[in-house]
Amino acid sequence: MDMLYNILIDPFAQMAGAPDFLIQVIWEGFVAGVLYALIALGFVLIYKASGVFNFAQGIMVVFAGLSLVGLHEKGVPAWLALILAIGIMAILAVCIEKFVMRPLVGQPDIILLMATIGMTYFLIGLGEVIFGGEPKQMITSELGLPTGSTAFEMGERGLVILQHIDIAAAVIALLMVGGLAVFFNRTRIGRALRAVADDHTAALSVGISLNQIWAIVWFAAGIVALATGIMWGARSDVSFALEIVALKALPVLILGGFTSIPGAIIGGLIIGIGEKVGEIYWGGLVGGGIESWLAYVIALIFLLFRPQGLFGEKIIERI
Amino acid sequence: MNAFVDPAGMAGHSGLAKGEVLLRVDNVSLSFGGVKAITNISFDILKGEVRAIIGPNGAGKTSMLNVINGFYHPQEGTITWRGQVRRKMKPYEAASQGIARTFQNVALFKGMTTLDNIMTGRGLKMTKNFFWQCLHWGPALNEEIEHRRKVEEIIDFLEIQAIRKTPVGRLPYGLQKRVELARALAMEPELLLLDEPMAGMNLEEKEDMSRFILDVNQQFGTTIALIEHDMGVVMDLSDRVVVLDYGRKIADGPPEEVQSNQDVIDAYLGVPH
Repeated sequence: MDMLYNILIDPFAQMAGAPDFLIQVIWEGFVAGVLYALIALGFVLIYKASGVFNFAQGIMVVFAGLSLVGLHEKGVPAWLALILAIGIMAILAVCIEKFVMRPLVGQPDIILLMATIGMTYFLIGLGEVIFGGEPKQMITSELGLPTGSTAFEMGERGLVILQHIDIAAAVIALLMVGGLAVFFNRTRIGRALRAVADDHTAALSVGISLNQIWAIVWFAAGIVALATGIMWGARSDVSFALEIVALKALPVLILGGFTSIPGAIIGGLIIGIGEKVGEIYWGGLVGGGIESWLAYVIALIFLLFRPQGLFGEKIIERI
Repeated sequence: MNAFVDPAGMAGHSGLAKGEVLLRVDNVSLSFGGVKAITNISFDILKGEVRAIIGPNGAGKTSMLNVINGFYHPQEGTITWRGQVRRKMKPYEAASQGIARTFQNVALFKGMTTLDNIMTGRGLKMTKNFFWQCLHWGPALNEEIEHRRKVEEIIDFLEIQAIRKTPVGRLPYGLQKRVELARALAMEPELLLLDEPMAGMNLEEKEDMSRFILDVNQQFGTTIALIEHDMGVVMDLSDRVVVLDYGRKIADGPPEEVQSNQDVIDAYLGVPH
């Protein structure tokens, strides 16, 4: 009976008892969710355009962040470092297309997945050679991102503290999603990207250049990686540990659907908020630490009911 | 009816007169490893005609189309397109120079709607750069609207208004074939390659498709090369027929002449070699 009380009633009593704390927890979860969503977005872009699960997205985040900070350490002004970092992501995209994707055209998806795993380890090695292995501080204020915080009084109920950088992260994520959604659905290149993902042969026959499209999509994923690197870096450090955090995007993708940009966002928020709330209010029952696996359980439950994810394309095909 | 193709706006078309040689294939041989798919084939396609390529299964017909639009590169021989000799061509170059095609087993973008599928065919005609497209505003938006109008005209022409917003994966086979033709037409090609446009269709659908092919040829002056197994259709539609068997050309000429050719009859009836 105690068990049931602890699971079903007590957490809600706690929530009602300290609403300011609940709001703070949800906000923290929301921000974590936005960051998961940003990473997931990078995966979705590549998947939509090439049907490849890009294992290297996590290391691209690290690589982008390190390039930015590394350049600034060498004495390059922050704004120029940002532009150069975008340039580096563009060069990386072209190289990936030329040396990895192009020779593997028409190979089974699993081969392409293996190639991205190989790329991951190559980029880890390259990053360590160029920038060294120790964590670096993100140049948050130099980039003009807000660093302060605002406390909201909730009458006599206490207060909620919002970090400005978190608000900035949410706004940037929202803008990116909006932009990408329009780009994919309404423009020629967006249509070409979807066409390539769907059928290489047919895409070639209508005059779409696979090479160009792939370079563009890897570049777009690189930009998303850079934004993610800046935002994650501002909250912790820029280090190779971020590469592991990126795999948190997996349950987000399962939840949101591999092909859906809004799905990445909603999925990110559900996972982010779900794991924070779960950890705080229910974690104690099993000795804490459920944050690290709760996301996967949530994703598994969703898989049972919607295998294509919340917003994934349910392809109904005549056979 | 043919409002969507204005002769002046046929960008990239050669300006050849009807009856001049649009494409010529000279001594082309193609093999995969030790397997010879095509052996020393030569023929030509004249501007404005309907050219049929026929032959038993495995005769090398589809390989021939793949050579023409650049999917395969022949080991020997040359292809002369609008008077320019070339050894090999990339598929998207072929597309940008006015060669469109459909596929034997329907290669559509299955997750996309009919409208989006046809719009991909306009891709080469849309020239506003990446930057404007990202903004989705100003010139890029105007361009999008203008091409959308053309696509609507093609949709009317092929009578597929009702399935405009349907993802093509859900359509019955006959309609998928029609959407594929629409996508090829959206490219406003000078040469249209059709790989078994009527395969798997019932009689009524075949009649519709035949009518569309003739309309395209007569109204827009589009040159058509088609592969087809239905002899009735081939004889009705085509001006000239080339017959392949085991990767070799065994006959070439007007339908009635080919029909009475002893080699052709043997190939189809299976005389022991």
